[in-house]
Amino acid sequence: MSGDPAIEIDGLRKSYGAFEAVRGLSLIVERGEIFAFLGPNGAGKTTTVEILEGFRKRDGGDVRVLGVDPEHGGRAWRGRIGIVLQEGRAQSELTVRETLTLWAAYYPKPRPIAETIVLAGLEEKAEDRVGRLSGGQRRRLDVGLALVGDPDLVFLDEPTTGFDPVARRAAWKVIAGLRDLGKTVFLTTHYLDEAQELADRVAIIRAGCIVVEGAPDALTAGSPDTEILFVAPPGVGLDELPVPEIPQIVDGRARLQTGTPTSTLATLCGWAAERGIELERLEVRRPSLEDVYLELVDGDEPAATEAAS
Amino acid sequence: MSDARRVLAQLTADLKVFRRNPAALFFTAILPVIFLCLFVGIFGNARLEDYGGIRASTLQVPAFIALAVISASFVALAIGFTNARESGTLKRQRATPVAPWIVFAGRIGTSIVMSVVVTTVLMTIGAVAFGVSLPTSTLPGLLSALAVGTAAFCALGIAYTRMIPSQDAAPAMTNAVVLPLYFISGVFVPFRQLPDGLQSIAELLPAQPFVDALQIAFDPNTTGVGVAGDDLLKLAVWGVIGLIIAARTFDWTPRHSAA
Repeated sequence: MSGDPAIEIDGLRKSYGAFEAVRGLSLIVERGEIFAFLGPNGAGKTTTVEILEGFRKRDGGDVRVLGVDPEHGGRAWRGRIGIVLQEGRAQSELTVRETLTLWAAYYPKPRPIAETIVLAGLEEKAEDRVGRLSGGQRRRLDVGLALVGDPDLVFLDEPTTGFDPVARRAAWKVIAGLRDLGKTVFLTTHYLDEAQELADRVAIIRAGCIVVEGAPDALTAGSPDTEILFVAPPGVGLDELPVPEIPQIVDGRARLQTGTPTSTLATLCGWAAERGIELERLEVRRPSLEDVYLELVDGDEPAATEAAS
Repeated sequence: MSDARRVLAQLTADLKVFRRNPAALFFTAILPVIFLCLFVGIFGNARLEDYGGIRASTLQVPAFIALAVISASFVALAIGFTNARESGTLKRQRATPVAPWIVFAGRIGTSIVMSVVVTTVLMTIGAVAFGVSLPTSTLPGLLSALAVGTAAFCALGIAYTRMIPSQDAAPAMTNAVVLPLYFISGVFVPFRQLPDGLQSIAELLPAQPFVDALQIAFDPNTTGVGVAGDDLLKLAVWGVIGLIIAARTFDWTPRHSAA
């Protein structure tokens, strides 16, 4: 049982009229991992998540969440998953503690309220009404509501949208803490640094299909080129630089992409040092998950145009 | 935790939400009391020839009990469930293992508690300020009218949420239904003083039988236990219609997100 994946999707399909939102998507999420699901708006992300959560019916394919078809989930299954919905809010008239107490009553074996409040980082707001919380605090309460049932699998839909940088770091600690508790986390986010920081694996969806899947490091490693940037020295033609190819100029700096950054840099720096030239604003960078993502989906709004046509 | 404890937790929370919502509290608990005092004050406590010489307040106490119960059930549930649906609260509850009937039980229980409280307040004011004698022999009539009326208007309120597209529309659309009903059903104006045509229409709708059943229970000329069989049957039919519509069309997810 424990060897089974937390989520198995095989050939999932879903259309709205003539528009195919999800086109034969397959995916496996192992137990105990933090899995980030990325993609532009309209790519089929929300549809897929809502099918996994049992809110939408699929048109085709096989789906198992904790070994159960979400369309026939039932209460016992619901008791084992926690959901942070992007939409909606808790009732503003109740306090944080009252809201969590009510939610705890829904579950067969809830986590203690005090512990959940600490986990969500709301110790100082426990007696405040939900209506008086800031956006970030409400989102933390949402995370608390998803965790109060002590679920095995947690769906987090854009859990840090609208957070300030400090609150995001705090939320990341909470989410990373879920892994230590042995929970499986299915995370959708627009923040690629969030996915890179938290996720064991990521999948990028585009136009209803998974276009790439793997560990964040493996995805960026798959891109062979390291970028080297520097201000081209005055009085030296770009074609005179001792580099394998003529660099491009990007934002006032020369940009090189190379699969052999060590030797390229050694040659370049040796050449500059010999001439007493300082390479201004020299920078060497590996592609981030964001670069990989943008390369895959940049300028890509096909779903929106297809939906409109 | 047993389902009984869950219902109690839900009811406790829903009563707190109700108590902390000034609009709901005013329209349900305070307005019927103000109406009763104003109407008796404005129109006097004259004896009514149309009603066998009973005093106007003897009609008005049950009439405003009807208004209070309709506010606490139909109006409160139609607006409350629409708000809960559109704000995503219902969808969030749906995402938990809680049984749907517990979610309904909490809100309907709140309506029942509020109906009982306001009815008690109105009857006390009627007795103390206007000398409206509390029915004793007709207590079964009062209780049966309250039970069937509350049930019917709860069902109709939940069914009506299907018609309401948004939170903004909820108060207006709900009042657009109940305010005319109050006028043609004998809440603000004695029913027998209305034109015959209006009377015939009102008798087919749910408010008039409810007002009438309560007035029969309060009428000192009523003989027997005061159970108004015809009125209760009409109310029950409306209740069943509401229940069927609610069971078939109730929506847990916000209307605006429907793809």
